[in-house]
Amino acid sequence: MTKIKSLADLKKMKDNLQSKIALREKSDSPEGRVIIKVAMATCGIASGSKEVMEYLVDELDKRNIDAIVTQTGCMGYCYAEPTIEVALPGQEPVVYGYVDTKRADEIIEKYIRNQELVEGIIPMNYQTIEKDKEGGKA
Amino acid sequence: MEMIKLNIDNRTVEVEKGTTIYHAAKKLDIGIPTLCYMNLGDLKIEHKPGGCRVCVVEVEGRRNLAPACATECMDGMQVQTHSIRVLNARKTVLELILSDHPFDCLICAKSGNCDLQDMAIKMGVRSIPYQGEKSTYKPDFSPAIIRDMDKCIMCRRCETMCNDFQTVGVLSGVNRGFEAVVAPAFERDLDHSECTYCGQCVAVCPTGALTEVDHTTQLIRDLADPTKKVVVQTAPAVRAALGEAFGLEPGTLVTGKMVAALRRLGFDYVFDTDFAADLTIMEEGTELLGRLTRFLEGDKEVKLPMLTSCCPGWVNFFEYHFPDMRDIPSTARSPQQMFGAIAKTYFAEKIETKRQDMIVVSVMPCVAKKYECTREEFKVDGNPDVDYSISTRELAMLIKRSNIDFNRLPEEEFDSPMGESTGAAVIFGTTGGVIEAAVRSAYEIHTGKQLEKIDFEQLRGIEGIRSASVDFDGLEIKIGIAHGLGHARKLLDDIKAGKSEYHAIEIMACPGGCVGGGGQPLHHGNPDIIKARQKAIYREDMNKPIRKSHENPSIIKLYEEFLGEPMSEKAHQLLHTHYFDKKQKDVLLD
Amino acid sequence: MAKFKMHMLVCGGTGCRASASDVLYENLKKEVQEQGLQDDVQVVTTGCFGFCEKGPIVKVIPDNTFYVSVEPKDAQEIVAEHAIKGRRVERLLYVDPTNKKQIPDSKGMGFYKKQIRIALRNCGLIDPENIDEYLAADGYEAMGKVLSEMTPEEAIQEMIDSGLRGRGGGGFPTGIKWQIASKVAGEQKYVVCNADEGDPGAFMDRSILEGDPHTVLEAMVINGYCIGATKGLIYIRAEYPLAINRLKIAIDQAREYGLLGTDILGSGFDFDVEIRYGAGAFVCGEETALIHSMEGERGEPTFKPPFPAQSGYKGMPTNVNNVETFANVPVIYNKGAKWFASIGTEKSKGTKVFALAGKINNVGLIEVPMGITLREVIFEIGGGIKDGRKFKAVQTGGPSGGCLTDKHLDTPIDFDNLLAAGSMMGSGGMIVMDEDDCMVAVAKFYLDFTVEESCGKCSPCRIGNKRLYELLDKITKGQADKEDLDNLRNLSGVIRDTSLCGLGQTSPNPVLSTMDNFMEEYLAHVDDHRCLAGVCKDLIRYEIIPENCVGCTACARNCPVNCIAGERKQLHTIDQSLCIKCGACLEKCKFNAVEIV
Repeated sequence: MTKIKSLADLKKMKDNLQSKIALREKSDSPEGRVIIKVAMATCGIASGSKEVMEYLVDELDKRNIDAIVTQTGCMGYCYAEPTIEVALPGQEPVVYGYVDTKRADEIIEKYIRNQELVEGIIPMNYQTIEKDKEGGKA
Repeated sequence: MEMIKLNIDNRTVEVEKGTTIYHAAKKLDIGIPTLCYMNLGDLKIEHKPGGCRVCVVEVEGRRNLAPACATECMDGMQVQTHSIRVLNARKTVLELILSDHPFDCLICAKSGNCDLQDMAIKMGVRSIPYQGEKSTYKPDFSPAIIRDMDKCIMCRRCETMCNDFQTVGVLSGVNRGFEAVVAPAFERDLDHSECTYCGQCVAVCPTGALTEVDHTTQLIRDLADPTKKVVVQTAPAVRAALGEAFGLEPGTLVTGKMVAALRRLGFDYVFDTDFAADLTIMEEGTELLGRLTRFLEGDKEVKLPMLTSCCPGWVNFFEYHFPDMRDIPSTARSPQQMFGAIAKTYFAEKIETKRQDMIVVSVMPCVAKKYECTREEFKVDGNPDVDYSISTRELAMLIKRSNIDFNRLPEEEFDSPMGESTGAAVIFGTTGGVIEAAVRSAYEIHTGKQLEKIDFEQLRGIEGIRSASVDFDGLEIKIGIAHGLGHARKLLDDIKAGKSEYHAIEIMACPGGCVGGGGQPLHHGNPDIIKARQKAIYREDMNKPIRKSHENPSIIKLYEEFLGEPMSEKAHQLLHTHYFDKKQKDVLLD
Repeated sequence: MAKFKMHMLVCGGTGCRASASDVLYENLKKEVQEQGLQDDVQVVTTGCFGFCEKGPIVKVIPDNTFYVSVEPKDAQEIVAEHAIKGRRVERLLYVDPTNKKQIPDSKGMGFYKKQIRIALRNCGLIDPENIDEYLAADGYEAMGKVLSEMTPEEAIQEMIDSGLRGRGGGGFPTGIKWQIASKVAGEQKYVVCNADEGDPGAFMDRSILEGDPHTVLEAMVINGYCIGATKGLIYIRAEYPLAINRLKIAIDQAREYGLLGTDILGSGFDFDVEIRYGAGAFVCGEETALIHSMEGERGEPTFKPPFPAQSGYKGMPTNVNNVETFANVPVIYNKGAKWFASIGTEKSKGTKVFALAGKINNVGLIEVPMGITLREVIFEIGGGIKDGRKFKAVQTGGPSGGCLTDKHLDTPIDFDNLLAAGSMMGSGGMIVMDEDDCMVAVAKFYLDFTVEESCGKCSPCRIGNKRLYELLDKITKGQADKEDLDNLRNLSGVIRDTSLCGLGQTSPNPVLSTMDNFMEEYLAHVDDHRCLAGVCKDLIRYEIIPENCVGCTACARNCPVNCIAGERKQLHTIDQSLCIKCGACLEKCKFNAVEIV
């Protein structure tokens, strides 16, 4: 193994290694971060949610957007799969349906970056899974 | 040196920076009591573990009480040595120590001479509110020292003597908490340890935890037996210390009274180990000259420096710790053993007594002597040359027990022939004395000239390691002196490393030599006592008409009548010995 | 390099390992492999999460799902449900004991809400056996900064400014300690890490060493640079095999990267670390005793001064800090002294790790800001008292500390407040007691410990603590009188006043604080021969309540000494002369027919 010879080397090394635990650190303090949940039940996976999730993870990273992408179970909108829920910091989450990579790109650029709503919102009085659990307080 | 001022019991005192509260108080004649603290000044032995906590004092601004023995003075410090808080704490601590101590004071070997007993008297302890379990241990009876750890108060003075001063390393703290006690490794008996029986642990023990094996009962029985001729020999250092047991100033010489007392006790012959010391010089001095001559003639095999061999603690030490060097010490037996060998042959013949009917007792400042006389090589058909040895303390006790008013005794003379001795023999009792005695004779024998000045001041002193050279008419003899086995170890390490320049080295195990022996009246931590005894020894030497061993007429006669000449075959048989490798002794597998 | 979308963090601390978390880890790994998810899901062993009550813990990232009491056989379900289907395995979620609700996310747990993790920042976050993960978490950056950009004086000043105080119990300002050691000249100075954690129930140092060993190494290098020491020694008890193993791995890895050794990061500064093993003596947590133990001497304290900074290991200037203290050091340099000093109270800065134990719902390891109240710790983080019982006291500071009561619940916790309340911070043990605990028996329990652990060097500690124990024993047996209570108090005061080291100076604290706060319990034992909590065996009787006994024979069948007589469906009776008061009858009775009187 090569020795680290200076503080600059150490910092360079850290930059390369940071991704190893970035996800853990981010999820440990989700406050102020964009949180995207991808529905990854059978229906979602069959409709390509896995590809969408991978696309989101890669693109958000490339575009330097501080976001956490997690998977979740079926949100109940099987007709509109793949579906994703996007929560901007301090705002109510919004659920998008029929998300493919193209729409995902739009969501990133327009909604996440500029808070412009994008087509495909499932406008129902939706309930997220967690809220269901807590007894639908929302 | 930076001086600081502080206030103790509302009085101001100025002391050097670094002084402890204990010593600062002493300057004001305030004696703070201690049980563990010990400072042997010039001997450079200071023991301050801060363990007994009897010396605690109140220091203003400090949360808890401070041990005076270990706390350094600070400028402007306000100290109270007898506030209510201090007195209560001190007494409670003492009560705690007593609560874990047997209440057999009346029959304890140390009774009347015990620091703990003194302290209880001083503090006015009348009851012990804290009762509970007491520590109990199996007593350990070795040939010389008895350990009764039920009486140990964990002052750890013995450890300092055994480990730091003697570097023998037998005694150390074992176990934890209430079970903590001082013991040899694996809590074995002393007999299964590397103990040299130097007895310095006994000499500093404040209680009855460490005492010497007591032979007085045996002695009384033998004195009362009409079929036995009981012969006593007394070592030189005894006469310089025995008086202390009878309230005399340290350093008072009591040779004549001691002889009178021994006679009244009923000994048939009162002799002097000094006679045998002169004999030792004849043998050892001749051996040294022999080795020197061979060395000067270019003999590469000859072992130099030659080491003295009169001290039994020292002999045990090198047998355990430097067995590969056991061909370096002189083969001469110690004066005690030479005396025994001559008494049970030459003198027994003279008085027409059979060996079995003669009891040879020695009075020694030493506890290792008790072990030495039990060595197998000093027995003939199972009968020891010296039957047993009692310490100076035992003799004092015996005198008191026999209703003898020691201080009113007349001065009497030793019996002849084995009571005759020279000044050279007397100084065997102090560090530097054996080698000075040897030099006095060796010089005259080697050069054939009379000494102009008998006193070799360069060999005297109290430093742990000393070196000097003596001009043998053009031949420079380099001499090393060590007392304390730790100091001896340093000289031995040098020899081992080939760095030693000495021709002869004198070693004594105890601080100050035999005057500070483990069998002497207790010095209770006062080194001045040891120095006063040393001075007394040199005084006795000055007073002797003959001061060189080879001029002792009884010795000359002994060679003429019996031994032939020094190092003769007979002398070898009776007066020389050999040493053992005790490292191999199954110390760990008994 | 695979870009993992999901991390499964499996606790690899000693507690969870004892419940087979290592097997669980293997199973999860195998399952992920079998499902072909090895590029998506990373399974990692981490240090302790602190929630030891419900171990083994598995935390799933990024959704922060917190699984508790996970068994090795649960691996398949976790992978199948959570990793593949994105559904939480609900039966493994934590249930809040107060409202019986499932809490999926660690963020939602009361246990974590008020915690600030500085010393424990990496525990439960990174793989302690992988230096790369430590580097990713800003590892060794503080060291790099100090070595390359700061003078020792500047670095010491930063430490002084942070206000960090020693976490081992003493609370001495760390920066000042470093400054003193830096000013004493010596040819070979030493940095010593005190990892001889000996308080019963305290395990923060072990957790840090197991979960984040590099942080200690990094701090030791910084410390060495500050005081001019090139050698570091970690004194760790041999009873901590996992911590030792992880330390060894960490040391090897740091050496390979050149983060230990010569010319560290091109700064010209050399430093290396060795491990020394202790045999587990409580007193060896005292720094002079620790040093003697490392020197091969008997583990006994010696009088200070000289302090280790003046004459320590092998007579050389030595700085000794405890593990938790060191764990704070890198963060202070990374985030700044000001940031650190903004946390905590005026005189106690930063956080403190506590080991919560006793009659409390959430047993475990927590890190909270100084100044938090006992109430917040016990009732919010700790989830309150078990089985809805009533809070009685909390013992802080281990055997050296005291018992605090409900009147102290709103006292902000810091070094000085705890001391003023008659207890102490100690190393951070916190044992909660409820109405079923007898405070005399509690004091006796601690004295039993100090009697065992005293080194025996000084008389008051060696004999005094034994006598204290014996007096307490007498009281719990109903054999003591009022005079014994006076003696108990006097003796406690003298031991505190005269003992040589901190062990003896604090050992009477459990007695004094319980006497101060629960005198009525002492008096009940002495005057009425009664133990109010029903704990002291010699003062209680088990009796059968005739109205409730249905004669089911359960008590009689379970009595180990067969002292309960009675036919089926008939009233049972206990022969008091034979009863050993084990309590088995009370435990087995389903009809509340056994009582303690």
